[in-house]
Amino acid sequence: MPLLHDFNYHKPASMGQALKFLAKYKKAAILAGGTDIIGEIKEGIAVPEALIDIKGLAELKKIEFKNSKLTIGSLVTFSEIIESKVIKSKLPVLIEVARTVGSVGIRNRATMVGNICSAVPCMDSGPVLSAYEATINAKGPKGQRKIAVDAWFLAPRKTSLKKGELVTGVTIAVPDKKHAGCYVKLGRYSGEDLAQASVLVLALPKNIYRIAFGSVGPTPIRARNIEKLINGHLLDEDIIEKAKKLILETVFPITDIRATKEYRMLMCQVMFERGIKAAASRLAGGGPKYGESLM
Amino acid sequence: MKTAINFSLNGQKISVDVEPYETLLEMLRDRLGVKSPKCGCDRGDCGTCTVMLEGRTVRSCLILAIEVDGQKIITLEGVMKDGDLTPLQKTFIEHNSFQCGFCAPGMILSATELLRKNPSPNKVEIQEALSGNLCRCTGYSPIIDAILEHTKGGK
Repeated sequence: MPLLHDFNYHKPASMGQALKFLAKYKKAAILAGGTDIIGEIKEGIAVPEALIDIKGLAELKKIEFKNSKLTIGSLVTFSEIIESKVIKSKLPVLIEVARTVGSVGIRNRATMVGNICSAVPCMDSGPVLSAYEATINAKGPKGQRKIAVDAWFLAPRKTSLKKGELVTGVTIAVPDKKHAGCYVKLGRYSGEDLAQASVLVLALPKNIYRIAFGSVGPTPIRARNIEKLINGHLLDEDIIEKAKKLILETVFPITDIRATKEYRMLMCQVMFERGIKAAASRLAGGGPKYGESLM
Repeated sequence: MKTAINFSLNGQKISVDVEPYETLLEMLRDRLGVKSPKCGCDRGDCGTCTVMLEGRTVRSCLILAIEVDGQKIITLEGVMKDGDLTPLQKTFIEHNSFQCGFCAPGMILSATELLRKNPSPNKVEIQEALSGNLCRCTGYSPIIDAILEHTKGGK
């Protein structure tokens, strides 16, 4: 199918040039991997006057680990995350997340920053960034801005990025203490499906956990109420049962083509239990290998 | 506005004038007559439009032609050596891995990429690597069997 409308295409060679192009148009869209935006243009969901291809900006292609902070540039693809040695050693759960995104052919092109800029509720990158309290780095005509992940996602397909701004990357403060994560994603079948529900559990020493759900609300849901209930307590069946009850007041999914609301709520309980147990065992040095499906 | 782009297609230098809204798939099929990439779902889900861009499989339906300026593209036509089928392709034929053949170019490119990264994948790894390539005829078993056979035979 041909694309439905004409637009200008620009490939700036510098950040300054990119920001100038963004300022020039009323409706400009950023093009990185294109796996979302090209489809949206085909379907008429996005009607940009211009596409600004940022693939010429080499500084956005980096994965950096400095002072316990992992920064992933806007042009880093999910495949590059999966292949990254530094991510494998510092934050392996990110690889577990990346491996569930689309298929190889999509991951070779799609970027994590693109995923959170599209901000579709079923995105896989939301819960991990939420639980690890990531910051989104943006540049605009007024300079640089850091946005906390909680303030980033506003609604489905809506973020707090302002007109004229460009996301340069995402920074995750990797806990200095020992830590382990677990991402559990539910699809209709294994392989390339979008999430019906997802949960990410981060386990820290002394029974401290951070929990975030995806695909069961308009934006990722950081479950602070559940954290408050369980943190500091020994993780026994009793506390897990109490937490599972609380999930029903925490997530608010809708019924759509992929699953009913009731099924998603029930499965959140199942996935939470498996996820928190796996994260706890990983923290203790055992547990399922990263990437192993728990569903 | 038409823009001139230059890229390498199966080892050959190509120059074309493209409109920004032309997809890579449209350019390959309609302008250059390269017919191995197919238009299936046209939204990145089915994998029939798979080509290799800078050594990695991508969805040519979700890439603009103008984006590949200065880059290297390999299609199934370029995977074959001097018109000969690769050992992997021959194993696919031996296993009767295709019926209608519409998914075949994408399947072979995805399998080729997998085997380059991981020369002896197990069944789960093969399933994972091919999960973005849909086949409506075979039920996948003959395709997976062929790749497993290929890795065992060391062909």
